Amino acid sequence: MTAGKAPHSRWKSRTTSGHRLHDGRRSPHRPERPYWQFTLPNRQLVTDVAPLLKTPLHAAHVARGAKMVPFAGWDMPVQYAGLLVEHKAVRERCGLFDVSHMGEVLVRGPDAAAFLDHVTDAHAHIVDDFLIYRFPEHFLVVVNASNREKDIAHLRAQATGFHVVIEDLSDWIALIAVQGPEAQALLQPFADRDLGAIRYYRFEEGAIAGRAATISRTGYTGEDGFELYVNATDAQPLWDLLLDVVDSNGVPIAIPCGLGARDTLRLEAGLCLYGNELDDATTPLDAGLGWLVKLAKGPFLGSDVLAAQKANGVTRKLVGFTMDERAIPRHGMTVLVDGVAAGVVASGTQSPTLGVPIGTAFVPPSHAAVGSTFAIDVRGRAVPARVVPLPFYKRPAR
Amino acid sequence: MGQAAAGNLTDPRAVARGTSTLTTAVATIPTDLQYTKDHEYVKAADDQGVVTIGITDYAQGELGDIVYVELPKVGASFGAHDVFGTVEAVKAVSELFSPVAGEIVAINERLDKEPALVNTDPYGDGWMIKVRVAGGTDDLMSADAYRTLIGG
Repeated sequence: MTAGKAPHSRWKSRTTSGHRLHDGRRSPHRPERPYWQFTLPNRQLVTDVAPLLKTPLHAAHVARGAKMVPFAGWDMPVQYAGLLVEHKAVRERCGLFDVSHMGEVLVRGPDAAAFLDHVTDAHAHIVDDFLIYRFPEHFLVVVNASNREKDIAHLRAQATGFHVVIEDLSDWIALIAVQGPEAQALLQPFADRDLGAIRYYRFEEGAIAGRAATISRTGYTGEDGFELYVNATDAQPLWDLLLDVVDSNGVPIAIPCGLGARDTLRLEAGLCLYGNELDDATTPLDAGLGWLVKLAKGPFLGSDVLAAQKANGVTRKLVGFTMDERAIPRHGMTVLVDGVAAGVVASGTQSPTLGVPIGTAFVPPSHAAVGSTFAIDVRGRAVPARVVPLPFYKRPAR
Repeated sequence: MGQAAAGNLTDPRAVARGTSTLTTAVATIPTDLQYTKDHEYVKAADDQGVVTIGITDYAQGELGDIVYVELPKVGASFGAHDVFGTVEAVKAVSELFSPVAGEIVAINERLDKEPALVNTDPYGDGWMIKVRVAGGTDDLMSADAYRTLIGG
Protein backbone atom coordinates (compact mmCIF):
# COMPACT_ATOMS: atom_id res chain seq x y z
CA MET A 1 0.00 0.00 0.00
CA THR A 2 1.36 3.37 -0.88
CA ALA A 3 1.88 6.17 1.54
CA GLY A 4 -0.88 8.68 1.39
CA LYS A 5 -4.47 8.92 2.28
CA ALA A 6 -6.01 5.63 3.15
CA PRO A 7 -9.39 5.36 4.75
CA HIS A 8 -8.50 3.93 8.05
CA SER A 9 -10.58 1.48 9.63
CA ARG A 10 -11.48 -0.52 12.47
CA TRP A 11 -13.46 -2.73 14.58
CA LYS A 12 -15.29 -5.88 13.79
CA SER A 13 -18.85 -5.68 14.87
CA ARG A 14 -19.47 -9.09 13.56
CA THR A 15 -22.74 -10.85 13.62
CA THR A 16 -21.63 -13.53 11.26
CA SER A 17 -24.40 -15.99 10.55
CA GLY A 18 -24.11 -19.11 12.63
CA HIS A 19 -26.08 -22.27 12.31
CA ARG A 20 -25.75 -23.50 15.83
CA LEU A 21 -27.09 -21.85 18.90
CA HIS A 22 -24.93 -21.40 21.94
CA ASP A 23 -26.62 -24.25 23.75
CA GLY A 24 -26.23 -26.61 20.82
CA ARG A 25 -29.80 -26.60 19.55
CA ARG A 26 -30.32 -26.02 15.88
CA SER A 27 -32.60 -23.30 14.74
CA PRO A 28 -34.99 -23.79 11.82
CA HIS A 29 -33.65 -20.88 9.81
CA ARG A 30 -30.01 -20.07 10.24
CA PRO A 31 -30.01 -17.76 13.23
CA GLU A 32 -27.51 -15.06 13.78
CA ARG A 33 -26.27 -14.73 17.27
CA PRO A 34 -26.06 -11.52 19.19
CA TYR A 35 -22.51 -10.29 19.17
CA TRP A 36 -22.03 -10.93 22.85
CA GLN A 37 -22.54 -14.64 22.35
CA PHE A 38 -20.06 -14.57 19.58
CA THR A 39 -16.40 -15.27 19.54
CA LEU A 40 -14.36 -14.07 16.64
CA PRO A 41 -11.69 -16.55 15.64
CA ASN A 42 -8.88 -14.14 16.39
CA ARG A 43 -10.59 -13.01 19.55
CA GLN A 44 -10.76 -16.53 20.88
CA LEU A 45 -7.10 -17.11 20.29
CA VAL A 46 -6.11 -14.06 22.21
CA THR A 47 -8.64 -14.06 25.00
CA ASP A 48 -8.32 -17.73 25.80
CA VAL A 49 -4.63 -17.65 26.43
CA ALA A 50 -3.94 -14.20 27.78
CA PRO A 51 -5.70 -11.56 29.81
CA LEU A 52 -7.21 -8.78 27.74
CA LEU A 53 -5.01 -5.82 27.03
CA LYS A 54 -6.01 -2.45 28.44
CA THR A 55 -5.50 0.94 26.87
CA PRO A 56 -4.27 3.83 29.02
CA LEU A 57 -7.92 4.97 29.12
CA HIS A 58 -9.33 1.69 30.42
CA ALA A 59 -9.91 2.95 33.96
CA ALA A 60 -11.58 6.08 32.59
CA HIS A 61 -13.97 3.96 30.52
CA VAL A 62 -14.94 1.83 33.49
CA ALA A 63 -15.29 4.88 35.74
CA ARG A 64 -17.69 6.51 33.27
CA GLY A 65 -19.84 3.39 32.99
CA ALA A 66 -18.86 2.08 29.57
CA LYS A 67 -19.96 -1.38 28.55
CA MET A 68 -16.71 -3.21 27.87
CA VAL A 69 -16.23 -6.04 25.38
CA PRO A 70 -13.24 -8.03 24.17
CA PHE A 71 -12.05 -6.79 20.80
CA ALA A 72 -8.94 -8.08 19.04
CA GLY A 73 -7.44 -8.99 22.40
CA TRP A 74 -8.31 -5.66 24.03
CA ASP A 75 -10.93 -4.83 26.62
CA MET A 76 -12.66 -1.97 24.81
CA PRO A 77 -15.80 0.15 25.32
CA VAL A 78 -18.54 -0.90 22.89
CA GLN A 79 -20.88 1.79 24.13
CA TYR A 80 -21.46 4.34 26.86
CA ALA A 81 -24.89 6.00 26.87
CA GLY A 82 -26.02 3.95 23.88
CA LEU A 83 -25.01 3.49 20.28
CA LEU A 84 -27.71 5.74 18.77
CA VAL A 85 -27.08 8.57 21.23
CA GLU A 86 -23.35 8.42 20.53
CA HIS A 87 -23.84 8.20 16.77
CA LYS A 88 -26.08 11.28 16.83
CA ALA A 89 -23.64 13.19 19.03
CA VAL A 90 -20.87 12.74 16.47
CA ARG A 91 -23.12 13.77 13.56
CA GLU A 92 -24.43 16.85 15.39
CA ARG A 93 -21.87 17.91 17.98
CA CYS A 94 -18.86 15.92 19.10
CA GLY A 95 -17.80 12.50 20.31
CA LEU A 96 -14.56 11.17 21.78
CA PHE A 97 -13.22 7.74 20.92
CA ASP A 98 -10.37 5.83 22.48
CA VAL A 99 -8.53 4.24 19.60
CA SER A 100 -5.37 3.49 21.54
CA HIS A 101 -5.60 -0.19 20.71
CA MET A 102 -4.36 0.62 17.23
CA GLY A 103 -0.69 0.05 16.59
CA GLU A 104 1.85 2.74 15.79
CA VAL A 105 5.04 1.68 14.07
CA LEU A 106 7.92 4.05 13.53
CA VAL A 107 9.92 3.57 10.33
CA ARG A 108 13.12 5.58 9.88
CA GLY A 109 16.36 5.45 8.01
CA PRO A 110 17.63 6.61 4.61
CA ASP A 111 15.48 4.09 2.71
CA ALA A 112 12.29 4.62 4.73
CA ALA A 113 10.33 6.29 1.93
CA ALA A 114 11.41 3.82 -0.74
CA PHE A 115 10.70 0.95 1.62
CA LEU A 116 7.13 2.04 2.38
CA ASP A 117 6.39 2.45 -1.32
CA HIS A 118 7.60 -1.07 -1.90
CA VAL A 119 5.68 -2.75 0.89
CA THR A 120 2.57 -4.54 -0.19
CA ASP A 121 1.57 -8.12 -0.45
CA ALA A 122 3.09 -10.30 -3.17
CA HIS A 123 -0.38 -11.12 -4.50
CA ALA A 124 -1.58 -7.56 -4.20
CA HIS A 125 -4.00 -8.57 -1.48
CA ILE A 126 -4.61 -6.19 1.33
CA VAL A 127 -2.50 -6.99 4.39
CA ASP A 128 -4.00 -4.08 6.26
CA ASP A 129 -5.13 -0.55 5.65
CA PHE A 130 -2.33 1.61 6.94
CA LEU A 131 -2.35 5.28 7.58
CA ILE A 132 1.16 6.62 7.09
CA TYR A 133 2.36 9.89 8.59
CA ARG A 134 5.41 11.44 7.00
CA PHE A 135 7.50 13.37 9.51
CA PRO A 136 10.71 15.19 8.53
CA GLU A 137 12.94 12.45 9.90
CA HIS A 138 10.73 9.39 10.00
CA PHE A 139 7.39 7.81 9.15
CA LEU A 140 4.69 6.65 11.55
CA VAL A 141 2.62 3.74 10.26
CA VAL A 142 -0.74 3.29 12.00
CA VAL A 143 -2.20 -0.20 11.82
CA ASN A 144 -5.27 -2.07 13.02
CA ALA A 145 -5.18 -3.57 16.49
CA SER A 146 -6.21 -6.96 15.15
CA ASN A 147 -3.41 -6.92 12.58
CA ARG A 148 -0.66 -5.37 14.65
CA GLU A 149 1.51 -8.46 15.04
CA LYS A 150 0.94 -9.52 11.43
CA ASP A 151 1.70 -6.07 10.08
CA ILE A 152 4.91 -5.63 12.02
CA ALA A 153 6.08 -9.08 11.02
CA HIS A 154 5.23 -8.23 7.40
CA LEU A 155 7.16 -4.97 7.55
CA ARG A 156 10.18 -6.62 9.11
CA ALA A 157 10.11 -9.45 6.58
CA GLN A 158 10.08 -6.97 3.69
CA ALA A 159 12.83 -4.83 5.15
CA THR A 160 15.69 -6.98 3.92
CA GLY A 161 17.92 -4.92 1.64
CA PHE A 162 16.50 -1.62 2.81
CA HIS A 163 18.33 0.66 5.16
CA VAL A 164 15.48 1.13 7.64
CA VAL A 165 14.77 0.76 11.33
CA ILE A 166 11.31 -0.44 12.39
CA GLU A 167 10.15 0.21 15.94
CA ASP A 168 6.81 -0.69 17.52
CA LEU A 169 5.79 2.33 19.61
CA SER A 170 2.22 1.16 20.21
CA ASP A 171 2.56 0.76 23.95
CA TRP A 172 3.82 4.32 24.40
CA ILE A 173 1.25 6.09 22.27
CA ALA A 174 -2.42 6.67 23.05
CA LEU A 175 -4.83 7.75 20.31
CA ILE A 176 -7.92 9.85 21.01
CA ALA A 177 -10.30 10.64 18.14
CA VAL A 178 -12.27 13.87 18.57
CA GLN A 179 -15.00 13.74 15.93
CA GLY A 180 -17.93 15.90 14.95
CA PRO A 181 -18.81 19.39 13.71
CA GLU A 182 -17.82 20.94 17.05
CA ALA A 183 -14.49 19.11 17.31
CA GLN A 184 -12.40 22.12 16.33
CA ALA A 185 -14.27 24.47 18.65
CA LEU A 186 -13.80 22.01 21.52
CA LEU A 187 -10.06 21.60 20.97
CA GLN A 188 -9.03 25.10 19.90
CA PRO A 189 -8.92 26.70 23.37
CA PHE A 190 -6.45 24.01 24.49
CA ALA A 191 -4.31 23.98 21.35
CA ASP A 192 -0.97 25.71 20.90
CA ARG A 193 -1.76 26.53 17.27
CA ASP A 194 -4.53 27.48 14.86
CA LEU A 195 -6.33 24.22 14.18
CA GLY A 196 -8.15 25.78 11.23
CA ALA A 197 -4.82 25.86 9.42
CA ILE A 198 -4.54 22.05 9.49
CA ARG A 199 -6.24 20.80 6.34
CA TYR A 200 -8.04 17.49 5.91
CA TYR A 201 -5.66 14.53 6.06
CA ARG A 202 -2.81 16.76 7.21
CA PHE A 203 -1.22 16.86 10.64
CA GLU A 204 1.07 18.96 12.80
CA GLU A 205 3.18 18.30 15.86
CA GLY A 206 1.95 20.52 18.64
CA ALA A 207 0.42 20.45 22.08
CA ILE A 208 -3.03 20.17 23.62
CA ALA A 209 -3.30 21.61 27.13
CA GLY A 210 0.49 21.69 27.28
CA ARG A 211 0.85 18.00 26.47
CA ALA A 212 2.74 17.01 23.34
CA ALA A 213 0.41 15.79 20.63
CA THR A 214 0.48 14.92 16.98
CA ILE A 215 -2.69 16.68 15.85
CA SER A 216 -4.08 14.99 12.77
CA ARG A 217 -7.15 16.17 10.87
CA THR A 218 -8.34 12.65 10.19
CA GLY A 219 -11.05 10.32 11.37
CA TYR A 220 -13.25 7.39 10.68
CA THR A 221 -16.72 8.85 11.06
CA GLY A 222 -17.45 10.97 7.97
CA GLU A 223 -17.39 14.11 10.11
CA ASP A 224 -14.77 16.76 10.56
CA GLY A 225 -12.46 15.99 13.44
CA PHE A 226 -9.03 15.30 14.76
CA GLU A 227 -7.03 12.36 15.95
CA LEU A 228 -4.60 13.12 18.75
CA TYR A 229 -1.53 10.95 19.17
CA VAL A 230 -0.32 11.56 22.70
CA ASN A 231 1.95 9.98 25.27
CA ALA A 232 0.16 7.12 27.00
CA THR A 233 0.53 8.86 30.35
CA ASP A 234 -1.19 12.00 29.03
CA ALA A 235 -4.25 10.19 27.69
CA GLN A 236 -6.48 10.15 30.73
CA PRO A 237 -5.91 13.80 31.79
CA LEU A 238 -6.75 14.92 28.23
CA TRP A 239 -9.76 12.61 28.00
CA ASP A 240 -11.24 13.95 31.22
CA LEU A 241 -10.38 17.55 30.35
CA LEU A 242 -12.18 17.39 26.99
CA LEU A 243 -15.24 15.61 28.35
CA ASP A 244 -15.62 18.17 31.11
CA VAL A 245 -16.01 21.11 28.70
CA VAL A 246 -19.57 22.44 28.74
CA ASP A 247 -21.40 24.92 26.52
CA SER A 248 -23.20 28.06 27.71
CA ASN A 249 -26.11 25.89 28.84
CA GLY A 250 -23.89 23.70 30.96
CA VAL A 251 -24.25 20.78 28.55
CA PRO A 252 -21.08 18.84 27.70
CA ILE A 253 -19.92 19.54 24.14
CA ALA A 254 -18.57 16.03 23.65
CA ILE A 255 -19.64 12.65 24.95
CA PRO A 256 -17.54 9.49 25.12
CA CYS A 257 -18.36 6.98 22.38
CA GLY A 258 -17.72 3.29 21.90
CA LEU A 259 -16.77 0.95 19.09
CA GLY A 260 -20.45 0.36 18.26
CA ALA A 261 -21.04 3.94 17.12
CA ARG A 262 -17.65 3.99 15.47
CA ASP A 263 -18.75 1.14 13.24
CA THR A 264 -22.14 2.60 12.23
CA LEU A 265 -20.52 6.00 11.60
CA ARG A 266 -17.81 4.59 9.38
CA LEU A 267 -20.26 2.47 7.41
CA GLU A 268 -22.57 5.44 6.72
CA ALA A 269 -19.50 7.32 5.54
CA GLY A 270 -18.59 4.46 3.21
CA LEU A 271 -15.24 3.82 4.90
CA CYS A 272 -13.79 0.35 4.68
CA LEU A 273 -13.25 -1.92 7.66
CA TYR A 274 -10.49 -4.46 7.55
CA GLY A 275 -12.06 -7.91 7.92
CA ASN A 276 -15.28 -6.77 6.24
CA GLU A 277 -14.61 -4.77 3.07
CA LEU A 278 -10.90 -5.52 3.08
CA ASP A 279 -8.98 -8.67 3.84
CA ASP A 280 -5.98 -10.59 2.65
CA ALA A 281 -8.02 -12.22 -0.14
CA THR A 282 -9.10 -8.86 -1.57
CA THR A 283 -7.15 -6.56 -3.87
CA PRO A 284 -7.49 -2.77 -3.77
CA LEU A 285 -9.25 -2.92 -7.16
CA ASP A 286 -11.86 -5.39 -5.85
CA ALA A 287 -12.59 -2.98 -3.03
CA GLY A 288 -12.83 0.05 -5.28
CA LEU A 289 -9.61 1.48 -3.86
CA GLY A 290 -7.77 1.62 -7.17
CA TRP A 291 -7.14 5.33 -6.65
CA LEU A 292 -4.84 4.45 -3.77
CA VAL A 293 -2.50 2.38 -5.84
CA LYS A 294 -0.21 4.09 -8.29
CA LEU A 295 0.90 1.45 -10.75
CA ALA A 296 2.92 4.04 -12.62
CA LYS A 297 5.10 4.40 -9.55
CA GLY A 298 6.89 1.35 -10.84
CA PRO A 299 7.04 -2.26 -9.89
CA PHE A 300 6.22 -3.05 -6.27
CA LEU A 301 5.13 -6.27 -4.64
CA GLY A 302 1.92 -7.39 -6.34
CA SER A 303 1.90 -4.68 -9.01
CA ASP A 304 1.82 -7.31 -11.79
CA VAL A 305 -1.34 -8.84 -10.31
CA LEU A 306 -3.03 -5.45 -10.17
CA ALA A 307 -1.95 -4.56 -13.71
CA ALA A 308 -3.48 -7.82 -15.00
CA GLN A 309 -6.64 -7.20 -13.01
CA LYS A 310 -6.87 -3.70 -14.42
CA ALA A 311 -6.50 -5.03 -17.97
CA ASN A 312 -8.92 -7.96 -17.67
CA GLY A 313 -11.45 -6.46 -15.30
CA VAL A 314 -12.35 -7.50 -11.78
CA THR A 315 -14.67 -10.42 -11.08
CA ARG A 316 -16.42 -8.74 -8.19
CA LYS A 317 -17.06 -5.22 -7.07
CA LEU A 318 -17.77 -3.61 -3.76
CA VAL A 319 -21.05 -1.67 -3.82
CA GLY A 320 -23.31 0.07 -1.38
CA PHE A 321 -26.94 -1.00 -1.22
CA THR A 322 -30.14 -0.33 0.61
CA MET A 323 -33.33 -2.32 1.12
CA ASP A 324 -36.91 -1.08 1.14
CA GLU A 325 -38.20 -3.78 3.46
CA ARG A 326 -37.64 -3.91 7.16
CA ALA A 327 -34.65 -6.16 7.51
CA ILE A 328 -31.04 -5.52 8.39
CA PRO A 329 -28.22 -6.88 6.25
CA ARG A 330 -25.31 -8.35 8.21
CA HIS A 331 -21.73 -9.30 7.43
CA GLY A 332 -21.55 -12.68 5.70
CA MET A 333 -25.11 -12.83 4.35
CA THR A 334 -25.45 -14.12 0.78
CA VAL A 335 -26.22 -11.90 -2.21
CA LEU A 336 -28.71 -13.58 -4.56
CA VAL A 337 -29.02 -12.85 -8.28
CA ASP A 338 -32.01 -14.64 -9.82
CA GLY A 339 -32.16 -16.79 -6.71
CA VAL A 340 -28.57 -17.96 -7.05
CA ALA A 341 -25.73 -17.06 -4.67
CA ALA A 342 -23.65 -14.41 -6.43
CA GLY A 343 -21.91 -12.45 -3.72
CA VAL A 344 -21.60 -11.67 -0.07
CA VAL A 345 -22.47 -8.85 2.30
CA ALA A 346 -19.37 -7.14 3.70
CA SER A 347 -21.06 -4.88 6.26
CA GLY A 348 -24.59 -3.98 7.14
CA THR A 349 -26.63 -2.13 9.68
CA GLN A 350 -29.69 0.01 10.18
CA SER A 351 -28.40 3.49 9.38
CA PRO A 352 -29.00 5.61 12.48
CA THR A 353 -28.84 8.83 10.45
CA LEU A 354 -30.92 7.76 7.46
CA GLY A 355 -33.27 5.35 9.24
CA VAL A 356 -32.99 2.70 6.53
CA PRO A 357 -31.04 -0.54 6.16
CA ILE A 358 -27.64 -0.02 4.52
CA GLY A 359 -24.87 -2.36 3.58
CA THR A 360 -21.84 -3.01 1.44
CA ALA A 361 -21.49 -6.16 -0.63
CA PHE A 362 -19.21 -7.80 -3.13
CA VAL A 363 -21.31 -8.43 -6.25
CA PRO A 364 -20.67 -9.39 -9.89
CA PRO A 365 -19.64 -6.36 -12.01
CA SER A 366 -22.86 -6.88 -14.01
CA HIS A 367 -24.86 -5.90 -10.93
CA ALA A 368 -22.62 -3.17 -9.59
CA ALA A 369 -24.08 -0.09 -11.29
CA VAL A 370 -26.16 2.31 -9.21
CA GLY A 371 -29.78 1.22 -9.51
CA SER A 372 -28.96 -2.46 -10.10
CA THR A 373 -31.08 -4.86 -8.08
CA PHE A 374 -30.40 -8.14 -6.35
CA ALA A 375 -31.58 -9.80 -3.16
CA ILE A 376 -30.06 -10.45 0.23
CA ASP A 377 -30.70 -13.76 1.96
CA VAL A 378 -31.87 -12.59 5.38
CA ARG A 379 -32.30 -15.76 7.40
CA GLY A 380 -33.92 -17.63 4.55
CA ARG A 381 -35.91 -14.69 3.16
CA ALA A 382 -34.85 -13.09 -0.14
CA VAL A 383 -35.12 -9.38 0.59
CA PRO A 384 -34.88 -7.09 -2.48
CA ALA A 385 -31.92 -4.71 -2.46
CA ARG A 386 -30.69 -2.02 -4.84
CA VAL A 387 -27.32 -0.42 -5.41
CA VAL A 388 -26.95 3.16 -4.22
CA PRO A 389 -23.96 5.51 -4.45
CA LEU A 390 -21.29 5.46 -1.73
CA PRO A 391 -21.01 7.05 0.73
CA PHE A 392 -24.49 6.63 2.18
CA TYR A 393 -23.96 9.81 4.17
CA LYS A 394 -22.03 12.94 3.27
CA ARG A 395 -21.68 15.63 5.88
CA PRO A 396 -23.47 18.85 5.04
CA ALA A 397 -21.31 21.83 4.10
CA ARG A 398 -21.05 24.07 7.12
CA MET B 1 -23.94 -0.52 30.05
CA GLY B 2 -24.74 3.12 30.46
CA GLN B 3 -28.51 3.36 30.20
CA ALA B 4 -29.36 0.22 32.05
CA ALA B 5 -26.86 0.73 34.81
CA ALA B 6 -27.96 4.27 35.47
CA GLY B 7 -31.63 3.41 35.44
CA ASN B 8 -31.60 0.31 37.53
CA LEU B 9 -30.14 1.46 40.78
CA THR B 10 -33.43 3.08 41.67
CA ASP B 11 -35.80 1.61 39.13
CA PRO B 12 -39.02 3.63 39.43
CA ARG B 13 -40.97 0.94 37.57
CA ALA B 14 -40.17 -1.61 40.23
CA VAL B 15 -41.27 0.78 42.91
CA ALA B 16 -44.50 1.53 41.08
CA ARG B 17 -45.31 -2.15 40.72
CA GLY B 18 -44.70 -2.70 44.39
CA THR B 19 -42.60 -5.76 43.63
CA SER B 20 -39.17 -6.51 44.92
CA THR B 21 -36.33 -6.84 42.47
CA LEU B 22 -32.92 -8.38 42.34
CA THR B 23 -30.57 -5.87 40.86
CA THR B 24 -27.20 -6.83 39.50
CA ALA B 25 -24.65 -4.23 38.57
CA VAL B 26 -26.26 -3.99 35.17
CA ALA B 27 -29.72 -5.51 35.02
CA THR B 28 -33.04 -5.54 36.81
CA ILE B 29 -34.52 -8.97 37.53
CA PRO B 30 -38.01 -8.79 39.04
CA THR B 31 -38.56 -11.64 41.48
CA ASP B 32 -42.19 -12.21 40.47
CA LEU B 33 -41.22 -13.38 36.96
CA GLN B 34 -39.78 -16.59 35.59
CA TYR B 35 -36.89 -16.78 33.14
CA THR B 36 -35.25 -18.84 30.40
CA LYS B 37 -31.59 -19.27 29.64
CA ASP B 38 -32.28 -17.52 26.33
CA HIS B 39 -33.14 -14.35 28.29
CA GLU B 40 -36.90 -14.34 27.87
CA TYR B 41 -39.12 -13.72 30.86
CA VAL B 42 -42.58 -15.11 31.62
CA LYS B 43 -45.07 -13.11 33.64
CA ALA B 44 -47.36 -15.41 35.61
CA ALA B 45 -50.63 -16.61 34.15
CA ASP B 46 -53.86 -14.74 34.74
CA ASP B 47 -57.19 -16.53 35.22
CA GLN B 48 -57.33 -17.54 31.57
CA GLY B 49 -53.94 -19.25 31.72
CA VAL B 50 -52.39 -16.46 29.62
CA VAL B 51 -48.77 -15.48 30.25
CA THR B 52 -46.90 -12.40 29.05
CA ILE B 53 -43.51 -12.89 27.42
CA GLY B 54 -40.68 -10.52 26.63
CA ILE B 55 -36.91 -10.27 26.90
CA THR B 56 -35.07 -9.38 30.07
CA ASP B 57 -33.44 -6.12 31.01
CA TYR B 58 -30.09 -7.88 30.76
CA ALA B 59 -30.87 -9.01 27.21
CA GLN B 60 -31.97 -5.59 26.00
CA GLY B 61 -28.86 -4.07 27.55
CA GLU B 62 -26.61 -6.53 25.80
CA LEU B 63 -28.38 -6.12 22.46
CA GLY B 64 -28.29 -2.34 22.60
CA ASP B 65 -30.57 -0.07 20.59
CA ILE B 66 -33.40 -2.18 19.19
CA VAL B 67 -34.76 -1.12 15.79
CA TYR B 68 -37.11 -3.94 14.69
CA VAL B 69 -39.11 -6.53 16.52
CA GLU B 70 -40.58 -9.21 14.30
CA LEU B 71 -43.49 -10.96 16.02
CA PRO B 72 -45.84 -13.79 14.98
CA LYS B 73 -49.51 -13.40 14.14
CA VAL B 74 -52.21 -13.77 16.75
CA GLY B 75 -53.58 -17.31 16.61
CA ALA B 76 -50.24 -18.94 15.78
CA SER B 77 -49.17 -21.83 17.99
CA PHE B 78 -45.69 -22.64 19.19
CA GLY B 79 -44.03 -25.42 21.09
CA ALA B 80 -41.68 -24.68 23.95
CA HIS B 81 -38.25 -23.55 22.63
CA ASP B 82 -39.66 -22.76 19.15
CA VAL B 83 -38.51 -19.56 17.50
CA PHE B 84 -41.42 -17.13 17.64
CA GLY B 85 -39.73 -14.02 16.28
CA THR B 86 -36.57 -11.98 15.99
CA VAL B 87 -35.31 -8.82 17.55
CA GLU B 88 -32.91 -6.69 15.54
CA ALA B 89 -30.66 -4.20 17.25
CA VAL B 90 -28.34 -1.87 15.36
CA LYS B 91 -25.43 -4.13 16.13
CA ALA B 92 -26.93 -7.58 16.28
CA VAL B 93 -29.93 -9.77 15.66
CA SER B 94 -31.29 -12.31 18.09
CA GLU B 95 -34.00 -14.90 17.76
CA LEU B 96 -36.80 -15.12 20.27
CA PHE B 97 -37.58 -18.50 21.75
CA SER B 98 -40.98 -19.34 23.16
CA PRO B 99 -40.49 -20.24 26.83
CA VAL B 100 -43.77 -22.20 26.85
CA ALA B 101 -46.02 -24.12 24.47
CA GLY B 102 -49.28 -22.49 23.54
CA GLU B 103 -51.25 -20.16 21.30
CA ILE B 104 -50.53 -16.46 20.71
CA VAL B 105 -53.54 -14.48 21.94
CA ALA B 106 -51.98 -11.01 21.65
CA ILE B 107 -48.88 -9.27 20.35
CA ASN B 108 -47.58 -5.88 21.38
CA GLU B 109 -48.58 -3.79 18.34
CA ARG B 110 -46.77 -0.74 19.71
CA LEU B 111 -43.41 -2.38 19.08
CA ASP B 112 -43.99 -2.03 15.34
CA LYS B 113 -43.56 1.74 15.55
CA GLU B 114 -41.75 1.96 18.90
CA PRO B 115 -39.28 -0.94 19.10
CA ALA B 116 -37.17 1.01 21.59
CA LEU B 117 -39.81 0.29 24.24
CA VAL B 118 -38.01 -3.02 24.66
CA ASN B 119 -34.95 -1.03 25.74
CA THR B 120 -36.69 1.46 27.96
CA ASP B 121 -39.27 -0.77 29.64
CA PRO B 122 -38.64 -4.46 28.91
CA TYR B 123 -40.92 -5.73 31.67
CA GLY B 124 -43.68 -3.17 31.05
CA ASP B 125 -44.56 -1.46 27.76
CA GLY B 126 -41.84 -3.45 26.01
CA TRP B 127 -43.63 -6.80 26.42
CA MET B 128 -43.82 -8.89 23.24
CA ILE B 129 -46.49 -11.59 23.20
CA LYS B 130 -49.26 -13.07 25.34
CA VAL B 131 -49.63 -16.84 25.14
CA ARG B 132 -52.40 -19.15 26.33
CA VAL B 133 -50.29 -21.88 27.84
CA ALA B 134 -50.81 -25.50 26.75
CA GLY B 135 -48.92 -27.60 29.26
CA GLY B 136 -46.62 -26.78 32.13
CA THR B 137 -44.00 -24.15 32.75
CA ASP B 138 -41.84 -26.34 34.96
CA ASP B 139 -38.46 -25.80 33.33
CA LEU B 140 -38.41 -22.04 33.83
CA MET B 141 -35.92 -20.40 36.13
CA SER B 142 -36.47 -18.29 39.20
CA ALA B 143 -35.04 -14.77 39.41
CA ASP B 144 -32.27 -16.12 41.63
CA ALA B 145 -31.31 -18.80 39.15
CA TYR B 146 -31.39 -16.31 36.28
CA ARG B 147 -29.20 -13.89 38.17
CA THR B 148 -26.70 -16.69 38.65
CA LEU B 149 -26.87 -17.49 34.94
CA ILE B 150 -25.93 -13.98 33.89
CA GLY B 151 -23.25 -13.79 36.54
CA GLY B 152 -24.96 -11.07 38.55
